[in-house]
Amino acid sequence: MSVVRARGVGVVLDGVRVVDGVGLELERGGWIALIGPNGAGKTTFLRAVAGLVPYDGSLELLGAEVASLGRRDVARRVAVVPQLPVIPPDMSVLDYVVLGRTPHLGYAGAPGRRDVDAARAALGALDVLQLAGRRLGSLSGGERQRAVLARAVAQDGTLLLLDEPTSALDVGAQQQVLELVASLRAERGLTVLAAMHDLTLAGQYADRLLLLDGGREAASGAPAEVLTEELVARHYGASVRVVEGEEGVAVVPLRPRVDAERPVG
Amino acid sequence: MTEADVRARLARRADRPLPGISVAWALGVAGFVLLAALLGLALGPVGLGTERVARELLSHVPGLGVESPLTATEDAILWELRAPRVALGLVVGALLASAGAAYQGVFRNPLADPYLLGAAAGAGLGATLVIAYDVGDPLGVDLRPVAAFAGAILGVAAAYGLGRSVGGGRSTATLILAGVTVAAFLTAVQTFLQQRNTETVQEVYAWILGQLETSGWSDVAIALPYAVVSTALLVWHRRLLDVLAVGDDEAASLGVAVARVRLVVVAAATLGTAAAVAFSGLIAFVGIIVPHAIRLLVGTSYRAVLPLSLGVGAGFLVLTDLICRTAIAPAELPIGVVTAFLGAPFFAVVLRTTRTVGP
Repeated sequence: MSVVRARGVGVVLDGVRVVDGVGLELERGGWIALIGPNGAGKTTFLRAVAGLVPYDGSLELLGAEVASLGRRDVARRVAVVPQLPVIPPDMSVLDYVVLGRTPHLGYAGAPGRRDVDAARAALGALDVLQLAGRRLGSLSGGERQRAVLARAVAQDGTLLLLDEPTSALDVGAQQQVLELVASLRAERGLTVLAAMHDLTLAGQYADRLLLLDGGREAASGAPAEVLTEELVARHYGASVRVVEGEEGVAVVPLRPRVDAERPVG
Repeated sequence: MTEADVRARLARRADRPLPGISVAWALGVAGFVLLAALLGLALGPVGLGTERVARELLSHVPGLGVESPLTATEDAILWELRAPRVALGLVVGALLASAGAAYQGVFRNPLADPYLLGAAAGAGLGATLVIAYDVGDPLGVDLRPVAAFAGAILGVAAAYGLGRSVGGGRSTATLILAGVTVAAFLTAVQTFLQQRNTETVQEVYAWILGQLETSGWSDVAIALPYAVVSTALLVWHRRLLDVLAVGDDEAASLGVAVARVRLVVVAAATLGTAAAVAFSGLIAFVGIIVPHAIRLLVGTSYRAVLPLSLGVGAGFLVLTDLICRTAIAPAELPIGVVTAFLGAPFFAVVLRTTRTVGP
């Protein structure tokens, strides 16, 4: 059974159709990266999958239509890591990660020992158990992102939705976070659907890419098929060189060549 | 017992909810409430003595064989005058502090107080109408608390309705703005009525500054059911307030029906606030300083802040009322003046000593 099966999914926000006829099929343990320029509809599509915006078309999570599932049922299947998570500065890291257990508790139920243990295990899986007692406000950007991921892991869903998970991190922290996601995927069989800005990272970590532009599907397939100089130029308006190596493709931005005829200055 | 039984028992224990507050804090706050109540009963223009009041209280516990040392007059002062007033102080303090904590959580706004959505302006208008037009008590009941209660509920309902119609209940900023709008309008009407009826200005003013004078146990009896429903709902929702700390969107992605939780919490807090306002007027600052003081001591989780606010708010208001009754006896200070007089410097210290004052 597919974890996500989308057919002709559209989303209208404030009268504007920001996602239009998008389809994808994501199998258990797979990783699809949504790429595309700003405003392409990546985040909105993720929000539709998480049941946070109404949509038209068909969107199934583990065989059930998202719109027919209750809030808590969706939250048990899908954990979301937003692009700009709200970080309550005075909350402890452990308390924050325990919030991930919310869909597994009763309406207003309190977490028990088992939930605290699950939160600690999630922190351990992300190598940050030593941060458990720290205030969120005292963490570095990389540590904070791990705490957010730990909350998503503690949520214990099948699908992890990542919205630009590394956009605020330096290159080292970016790699560490994505390696952690890759190992979670390998060890726990997590399925990943991620909106990603960095095309090189998207191509190296995801199995398949879905290029959106103007809310529509512009291309999809294996990274080498989608990350071509021509497609990137057409949809991003960017001048790039695509380098193929053993680890996959790398997309290197190049300064557009200045027309030689034009007088300089 | 088989191994399977042991496992099942261990599994049940692992699922049992963990308490949000330590036993020490719970006992400490319970002790504070008892001490405040005892002082409230013993001290006043006629000093009854804490020890004698304690013995009087113990004389009502069967099986202890303690004899009451109080005279008949003292007994009447204690049970007919002071005890209802202390009880009302406990109820109103608990309601205002817990409603304040709940509002701060549900609006993620450290400056939110129980009057944020127009409860004060609505209650003020209701009370002013009754006082200025000297309605009296045509039904045999004092109409001031009824009008204040109805005004508070209608004020918040109008603000909530306006906020929802604009922002679909999704944005806390829209709700707060709607509250400001409704409050400004109701205050304008109230001020106009007051201007037209200058002979009652002093009475209206006294009501607005708050007082805990009771007409006996009946006020407490009327306020108590509202207090029980309001505080039970708020305490029940305390963990959901923790989830709301990560914002509406993330709370929704964690499976919380945000708009419904907000409506229930606002409705419960409003019910409690309206009941408090009806019998005590507008008492400032309790809803802000008590929850913030508790956050400083035990951290920001509402699993601790809400239940502890109930106790500390109750004890704090009884002690404040004690100052009102004794500072310039036999005259009394308005309690709203004393809470603000004590609360403002305290809050200034809080602001100076903490990095952030988070909800």
